[in-house]
Amino acid sequence: MTKSEVKLLGAWPSPFVMRARIALNIKSVSYEFLEETFQPKSQLLLDSNPVYKKVPVLINQDKPICESLIIVQYVDDVWSSGPSILPSEPYDRAIARFWATYLDDKWYPTLRSVRGAKGEDERKKLIKEVGEGLTLLEDALNKISRGKDFFGGDQIGYLDIAFGCFLGWLRVTESLTGVKLLDQVKTPCLAKWAERFCAHGAVKDVMPQTEKLVEFAKMLMAKMAASTPN
Amino acid sequence: MGSEDVKLFNFHASPFGQRVIWALKLKGVDYECIEEDIFNKSNLLLELNPVHKKVPVLVHRNKPIAESLVILEYIDETWKQYPLMPQNPYQRAHARFWANFAEQKLLVAARIARLSSGEEQGKAVNEAREAMEKIEEEIKGKKFFGGDKIGYLDIVIGWISYWIPVWEEVASMKILDPLKFPAINAWITNFLSHPTINDTLPQRDKMVVYYHSRRKEVSPS
Repeated sequence: MTKSEVKLLGAWPSPFVMRARIALNIKSVSYEFLEETFQPKSQLLLDSNPVYKKVPVLINQDKPICESLIIVQYVDDVWSSGPSILPSEPYDRAIARFWATYLDDKWYPTLRSVRGAKGEDERKKLIKEVGEGLTLLEDALNKISRGKDFFGGDQIGYLDIAFGCFLGWLRVTESLTGVKLLDQVKTPCLAKWAERFCAHGAVKDVMPQTEKLVEFAKMLMAKMAASTPN
Repeated sequence: MGSEDVKLFNFHASPFGQRVIWALKLKGVDYECIEEDIFNKSNLLLELNPVHKKVPVLVHRNKPIAESLVILEYIDETWKQYPLMPQNPYQRAHARFWANFAEQKLLVAARIARLSSGEEQGKAVNEAREAMEKIEEEIKGKKFFGGDKIGYLDIVIGWISYWIPVWEEVASMKILDPLKFPAINAWITNFLSHPTINDTLPQRDKMVVYYHSRRKEVSPS
């Protein structure tokens, strides 16, 4: 498959875009990365994702695929000769999908809302919820990894990708609030897993540096404050 | 319980549990249904689904699986007869995309509409209708979302055929206008006339009572 047949429309700060990139890296797929302009949204984005107008969008032989976890499963399906991303057993796949859904529906929205919390009480409450979620995930890691390095076992898999992409923004939140969320004492396995994940060959080149993300977050917050009427 | 036994923890009015029932029935998988009182959840349910404490939960080979969309894919991967997901990877991605869309955009709005009133309800009804418009485009020219046969996406969206009319009655609102959504209405007719789909539907009057009580909790007027 020639390089231009596979394109990924994305944005460097997006954890969701990172999921798609990691999946493509695992399969050693050559692809063209197109950094989305956003202001205004590019015609390619509007044409290829008319429903949500969001990144990531994978374009394979001119066919668009949207929604990061759907893209990851699609990549696993299409490039089936490469290392598997989803586990092979239906039950293990169900557990991986369950936790990925939890992360997207519950945990990450809570993490995001920490930055926009109104007042210290609300911030504390949300931080506590993030911590409770991490305790659940520590438990899940212990059960699922069966003593190995990743949720996927010896190699990173679907749930590693689904969760690991949020580590950058987790660190941003720690930096902005001054609160340690991923605690080596409370969640020792997750803390070690996070280091291994970030150092992995398929991840390290697409994981943005925390400092750059913090700068980006501050810029976004300033923009929001400027546009919010008093 | 034999290790191959299948148990479904459900609540009669749950549209999420209904998906699981449809999938199991279409595949001819025997299962035991355990009705949960969601106002007084059993300790067993809380053990089986400690994260969300909700139905449905499928238990197979003594292992619990929660979240209806996750359960559907598990069922399809475990019992190969009557495949629900398309074979082609792009079509699978397409089906998952629209399943996700219906959950995020239609179901959420329709739920708010059935619980609210006034301006809030009006806004939710509009959002539900907008989502419905996109789904109308998807089903145009097809008997089922799955093509000639009922498939994954039909089962995921199937709740609208039976739950939306109940919610409309309970909350005095209209989302599924047959004039605005002729293709969806034609699909609903096809879907509900399938004996497996129809034979397993919960009792409507019990559903109406349940949803009335939910609405009263939120807006006592």
